[in-house]
Amino acid sequence: MIEAPSPSPTSTSGQLAQASAPQGTPASSPAPVSGPPPQASAQGAPGLRVRHLLGIEELSPEEIVLILDTAEAMKEVGSRTVKKVPALRGRTVVNLFFEPSTRTRTSFEIAEKRLSADTLSIAVATSSVTKGETLVDTALNLEAMSPDMIVMRHASSGAAHLLSQICRARIINAGDGMHEHPTQALLDAFTIRRHKQRIAGLKVAIIGDLLHSRVFRSNVHLLRKLGADVWVSAPRTLIPPGIERLGVTATTRVEDAIADADVVMMLRIQMERMQGHFFPSLREYFTLYGLTKERLALARPDAIVMHPGPMNRGVEIASDVADGPASVILEQVSNGVAVRMAVLYLLAGGLD
Amino acid sequence: MSGLLLKGGRVVDPVSGIDGTRDVLIDGGLIKAVGIDLPVGSAQVVDVAGLLVTPGLIDMHVHLREPGHEHKETIATGAASAVAGGFTAVACMPNTDPVNDQASITQFMLKRAAEAGLARVYPIGAVTLGSKGEALAEIADLKAAGCVAISDDGKPVLTALLMRRALEYTAMCGMPVIDHCEDPTLKGDGVAHEGFNASRLGLKGIPGEAEELWIERDITLAGLTGGRFHVAHLSTRGSLRAVRVGKARGINVTCEVAPHHFILTDDALEGYDTNVKMNPPLREASDRDELVRGLVDGSVDVIATDHAPHHADEKRVEFDRAPFGIVGLETCVPLTFDRLVHTGLITLTRFVELLSVNPARILGVTGGALTPGAPADVSILAPDLSATIDASRLVSKSKNTPFGGWTLKGGVAATIVAGRVVYTNPDVPRARAFTPVSVA
Repeated sequence: MIEAPSPSPTSTSGQLAQASAPQGTPASSPAPVSGPPPQASAQGAPGLRVRHLLGIEELSPEEIVLILDTAEAMKEVGSRTVKKVPALRGRTVVNLFFEPSTRTRTSFEIAEKRLSADTLSIAVATSSVTKGETLVDTALNLEAMSPDMIVMRHASSGAAHLLSQICRARIINAGDGMHEHPTQALLDAFTIRRHKQRIAGLKVAIIGDLLHSRVFRSNVHLLRKLGADVWVSAPRTLIPPGIERLGVTATTRVEDAIADADVVMMLRIQMERMQGHFFPSLREYFTLYGLTKERLALARPDAIVMHPGPMNRGVEIASDVADGPASVILEQVSNGVAVRMAVLYLLAGGLD
Repeated sequence: MSGLLLKGGRVVDPVSGIDGTRDVLIDGGLIKAVGIDLPVGSAQVVDVAGLLVTPGLIDMHVHLREPGHEHKETIATGAASAVAGGFTAVACMPNTDPVNDQASITQFMLKRAAEAGLARVYPIGAVTLGSKGEALAEIADLKAAGCVAISDDGKPVLTALLMRRALEYTAMCGMPVIDHCEDPTLKGDGVAHEGFNASRLGLKGIPGEAEELWIERDITLAGLTGGRFHVAHLSTRGSLRAVRVGKARGINVTCEVAPHHFILTDDALEGYDTNVKMNPPLREASDRDELVRGLVDGSVDVIATDHAPHHADEKRVEFDRAPFGIVGLETCVPLTFDRLVHTGLITLTRFVELLSVNPARILGVTGGALTPGAPADVSILAPDLSATIDASRLVSKSKNTPFGGWTLKGGVAATIVAGRVVYTNPDVPRARAFTPVSVA
């Protein structure tokens, strides 16, 4: 491994260096934190137990709360004129994107730059994968250049697990197939917490293409771990078999899911995955499941509307709802940077 | 000195009703006698007390990959793996490149097998040309060249009409049709059993009903035609129900189950190990448990491994991109002993029926019994040998097994094909007394 200074903010100059860390913040009160993130020592304490962020399923509720609390401090960094702290100075972070992504990749890049990491992004079109190289060989070649962290998006479920078995670098899963998209769930939770001051006890409705959605899976794990009442709704064809065992209530009646919900989370209909005859037409889908003003009126008056993007207006969500007062969709995007900073920062805490 | 006398072993030969201490005399490549305290005469005597002497085990479902995929396995390495696993014979599927859809390819396979001089190799011919499901292969010609069955394994026989014709035509030739039962539209691009685990892990599912539907079709067609239908690698409780009903109706249907399907479940998917990716996929505990009941009660006819070697590079990829299949020849006997025999679920007689008597009967090949005058294909097993499976030490060219590191009780001591000792296990002390043939 490369020798690098401890990522502890106390070892570096900059605004973050002075204040003490708000460690052990309880789950339910995300008291806005204006100070620095919790200090992560070179030994990895008190940060994350996991070496990699492969999914939410592997995280404890305490780890999730730690990330969310740390993100509060990172959010403050983003509001400064000089949006940069030296926490990851001298660290190399590779963004390895095997699937097109604008939002997530940009968000990670900004997060890395705000932490002063040296970053580079590799998109599939320019990589040697198109020359027939395997993921394993790509990873070994990257590994030979000693990156500290690799952020990967890949079309295959489990790809991040495979990478973590090969690389010494910390792996952050930026979406693997239909499996997990942990930073999306974390930024969703962060956004919910800022609006509702809690997760426990909230009714959250997740609606759309559950079957193919990694956002859905990560959100279910996270929301259940933090005690939310999770309802999911989709046409029967898009509800993954056995999903109730994750502790959610699944229904094909979207109105039942939305009724009295605190949070309505819409999922994208993935056009490219629709060869499987899941529903007859986008028109009929919108008629049955699209989030309209009328349907939203079934939710609590203070309900928020979320969407991980990219949106298909008029397919899963009506434009007037997407742009309406309940929508926090753009806020999710801006919170994404803070949450990813927190993840990068905390995982770096265990680097030697 | 002439002949070989296996002295004092426990002989289990269901066909002759023997389960007890007997001597077995082998000479001239044939079984000469089975009895108590046989006279030694001029034979070499090997004391096999404490070991099991059975008719040679037969694996009726393997992939030997030659011609075309010799980087995974060859007929010679596959045959070596077979005898190391206690099998005296294997039946190899036709999904080679080119597909075994004509006599010249069958003859090539048999030539390679003869050169290897280890296990007997029985080629299975294709049902359709190129296994494309469009036109029948020359089935009688394949039979004349040495094929013992036909199958488009790897794929189902695509249309009901072709399956009907294949069943009718093979009834005339005296061969079974072995079908890889799976509705391709329901399977789609699935990679794992459709259920909670696949849902949670984000893997595309293959419902058990994709198999069951196809088995129901084939049983119906076997009823229509009177042909013999054998179900390859049956994996669900619904499939077994269909086979039981078919048998009760007097339809000519038999089936096989692979060790991984009666041992593992889709819980093994956790961690995305590509060595738990096979087709049919690992099913649920309720399926696995029903398969075990079928093995116990006789509704499952055969244990077959679906030995499917793949190169490590091919398996070291993303789960959905990895090929289906695992090697099975060298793990079958330990797994079956450990999980079925030593647990008291099946008797040794049933063990021999599943691994020797029934596959010989279904394929219509020699073996399945220690009958004086018959070719001396004999497996000598070490039921009390405890060993840990080391994937890197498998004889097969490929090492793709999920059972590496498993410590199992029950193994192979020696394998005798046509009177020749073609394998001895150095870990079994008594097996050291054998003089193995030298193999080029």
